[in-house]
Amino acid sequence: MDEHNQKPELYDLLPLTLQGLPLKRRRFLKTSALAGLGALSGTFWAMPANAGEGKKDDRKFIAEAAYYEKLQHKQVRCKLCPRHCVIDDRERGYCGVRENRNGTYYTLVYSRPCTYHVDPIEKKPLFHFLPATLAFSIATAGCNLNCKFCQNWQISQVTPEQVPSIYLPPDGVAEAAKKYHCPSIAYTYNEPTIFFEYMRDTARAGHEQGVKSVVISAAYIEQEPIRELAEEVDAIKVDLKAFSDTYYKDIVRGELKPVLDALVSIKKSGVWNEIVYLVVPTLNDSDQEIKGLVKWINQNLGPDVPIHFTRFYPQYLLKNLPPTPVSTLERCKAIADAEGLHYVYIGNVPGHPAESTYCPHCGKKIITRNGFVVSDIFIVNGRCKFCGTPIPGVWKE
Amino acid sequence: MDRRNFIQKTAAFTGGLLVPKLLTASFPALPAKSRIVISHNASWSRSVGTVDSDSMLKVLDKAIQTYFQVDHVRQGWSKIVRPGEVIGLKVNCLSGHGATHTLLVQAVAERLQQAGIKENDIIVWDRLNSDLEDGGFRINYGKKGLRVFGNDAIGFDPYLQTFGQASSLVTKILTRVVDGVINLPLLKDHSIAGITMSLKNLFGAINNPNKYHLNTGDPYIADVNRLPAIYHKVRFTICDAAQAQYHGGPSFMPQWRWPFGALIVGRDRVAMDYTGWKIIEQKRAKMGFKSLKEEGREPTYISTAADASHALGTNDPQRIDVIRV
Repeated sequence: MDEHNQKPELYDLLPLTLQGLPLKRRRFLKTSALAGLGALSGTFWAMPANAGEGKKDDRKFIAEAAYYEKLQHKQVRCKLCPRHCVIDDRERGYCGVRENRNGTYYTLVYSRPCTYHVDPIEKKPLFHFLPATLAFSIATAGCNLNCKFCQNWQISQVTPEQVPSIYLPPDGVAEAAKKYHCPSIAYTYNEPTIFFEYMRDTARAGHEQGVKSVVISAAYIEQEPIRELAEEVDAIKVDLKAFSDTYYKDIVRGELKPVLDALVSIKKSGVWNEIVYLVVPTLNDSDQEIKGLVKWINQNLGPDVPIHFTRFYPQYLLKNLPPTPVSTLERCKAIADAEGLHYVYIGNVPGHPAESTYCPHCGKKIITRNGFVVSDIFIVNGRCKFCGTPIPGVWKE
Repeated sequence: MDRRNFIQKTAAFTGGLLVPKLLTASFPALPAKSRIVISHNASWSRSVGTVDSDSMLKVLDKAIQTYFQVDHVRQGWSKIVRPGEVIGLKVNCLSGHGATHTLLVQAVAERLQQAGIKENDIIVWDRLNSDLEDGGFRINYGKKGLRVFGNDAIGFDPYLQTFGQASSLVTKILTRVVDGVINLPLLKDHSIAGITMSLKNLFGAINNPNKYHLNTGDPYIADVNRLPAIYHKVRFTICDAAQAQYHGGPSFMPQWRWPFGALIVGRDRVAMDYTGWKIIEQKRAKMGFKSLKEEGREPTYISTAADASHALGTNDPQRIDVIRV
C-alpha cells in the first residue's frame, strides 16, 4: 500500500486525556482553565510527538515544493518567501525544511508534524472566529525567520531530523479534528509558511470533512502563495512583529514590507484576519511606532480588523528584557482606540478588561473572556444582541 | 571538619577543577607565525584516481613531520593527541561524491592508533548518517572498529551556545563524547560564502547552519568557530585537497574540479582558509573566471575570524609561513 494512503494510528499517538468525547461545557471550561493556568506558568507548550524519523526514512514526508524555479547547474531558487534562497544541490534553504535534491526542490515536512494539540481558539488568539471552540493545532519543525523572542525555538529553529515527529497526512489531520470536536484546524506554533503544501492540502481535506482552517503566521511570504492560501483557509492571524525595518532586520531577521503587502492581499481576499503585535519593551513600543502602525492598519485594512497588543515574556535570546508592563499595553491600546480602530485587545494579561469584546456602537460587552475561557457571548446572527450592530468575524461553524 | 582537614579537601577539590584546564593549556599556543604545510603528491596532481592508501599515508606523514619539524611521525601526532583520549574526525560528506577520502580517514586513524588512541575511541562524524553513507563510510555504533555516525544519531546538547550573531545547539559528539577534534575538510568554492574549508566545515557541528548563510556567512562562520565547544576542542586541520573545486560549490560539480594533489595541514584555521582562498582564486583566474569579490562572494568571514574579537588566527600573509613539500 502507498504510504501516503495509510491511515495514521492516531489513537495511539494522541494523549489519553484527549480521548473522551464529546467535550461538554463543564469539561471544556475545565480544560480551558487548565490551559490558561499552564500558559501562565510557562508550561503550556505544544507537546512533542513520540516517534523519531531519520533521513533514510523520509520518503513519506517529502513532496515537491510548490513555489520555486530551477536554475542552471542543479541550483534552485525558492519563491515561497521573500528571502528567495538560491540553493545548491543537497543544500537547504534558510527555513531548514526544504532541500534541493538533484535540482528538484522538496519540502521535507509534508505530513510530518512534530507537535499537535487541542487548543482553545482564543489561544491563537482569534477572538472573532468561532469563540469558545477548540482548534486541532499542528506544527512542523522549521521557520523562515529567527525571532529573538521565539517561545517555540526548540521546534522552529531546528531541522526535521532534530525533533521527533509523526506521520499524519492531511486527511488524518481532518479526521483527528473531527474526532476531537474541533471545528477548525490551526497551523501554528512554528511558521506555517514553511509547510505550505501540507497546510494547503490539509485545509482542503478539512473542508471535505466540514472542518475549517486557521493560519497563525508572521506572513513573511510571497504574494502568489499568500493569495493561494487565502483561498483555501478560513482565517489568517498575522503576527506583525513591529512597524520598523530595523526591528525586522535585527530582531526578526526579516523585512517589514513583504508582511504589509501580505496583509493587504489577505484583506483583498476577504478571508478573516486578525493581527497580533507583541509589544517588546524598548524595542517596538514607542508612541511614534504604534501611531504609525495603527494609522497604517486603519488606512489599508480598515477599522474592523482586530488588533491584539500582547505582552512579551523573556524567552530564547531576549532574556535580558522584562515582561511588558501592563501600562505599556494600555498605552498602545489607547493610541489604537484614538485612531478609531474598533476592536483593540490586550493579550497575555488574563483578567484584563481588554480581553473582552465590546460593541463599537453601543459599547456593551458582547463576548466576555478571562484568559482562554469564554463565559458569555451576546452575538446573534453576527450582530450585537443589544443594538443589532453587525460584528465582523466568523461566528458559525 | 577541622581547619587543616578543610584546607586539604578544598585544595584537592580545586586541584580537580584545574586539571582539565591544565591539560588544555599544555597544548602549544599558536606560534607568532602560523605554519601551513602543503604536502603534495606528484601523481595525484597528474591524474585523478591515483590516490591510494600507500600514497595517502606518505603524504600525510610528510605533512605532519614537516609541520611539527620532527624526525618521527609519532612525535608529531603526540603534539595533537594524548594516549587514551577519544578523538573526533570531522569529515565533509555534504556533497556526497567528492567527500573527504575514506583513505585519508583510514590513514589518520592508523596514525592515531600508533599515538595511543584506541580504534574504537576514534569517532568519524558529520551532520547526518546518510551523508556519511553517501560519502562512502559505513555507520558503526559498535564496540569494535572506528565508530562512525552523524549528529542525527546522537542529537544536540540542549543548551544554547552563543557568540556574536551565532546562537546554536552543538552536537553531543563534541560536547559529550570526544576530547578533541581533528578537522578533515575539503577545499571548495562555495556559492554563498566564497570558499569552504576549515572554518566552514564546522557548521556541521551545529543544529542550525541554514540560518548562517546570509551575507556570505560573515560574521556567522567566524562566530560559530568561537562557540565554546568548537573553540576549545578543534585541535588540528588536515584538509583533503587531493581534488579541489574552484567553481559551482559546494555541490559536486566534476567539470570544475581539478586534482590539486595535496593535503594542507595546520593548526591555525584562519591561515588555512586564507591559504585555501588564494589557491581557489589562482585557479579561477587561470580558468578565466571572475574573482570571488567580483562575483560578490569574497570570503570576508576569514578576516572577521582574524579580528580582535574572534582571534581565531591570522589572515596576514606576512604572518603565515606556507611550506610546500
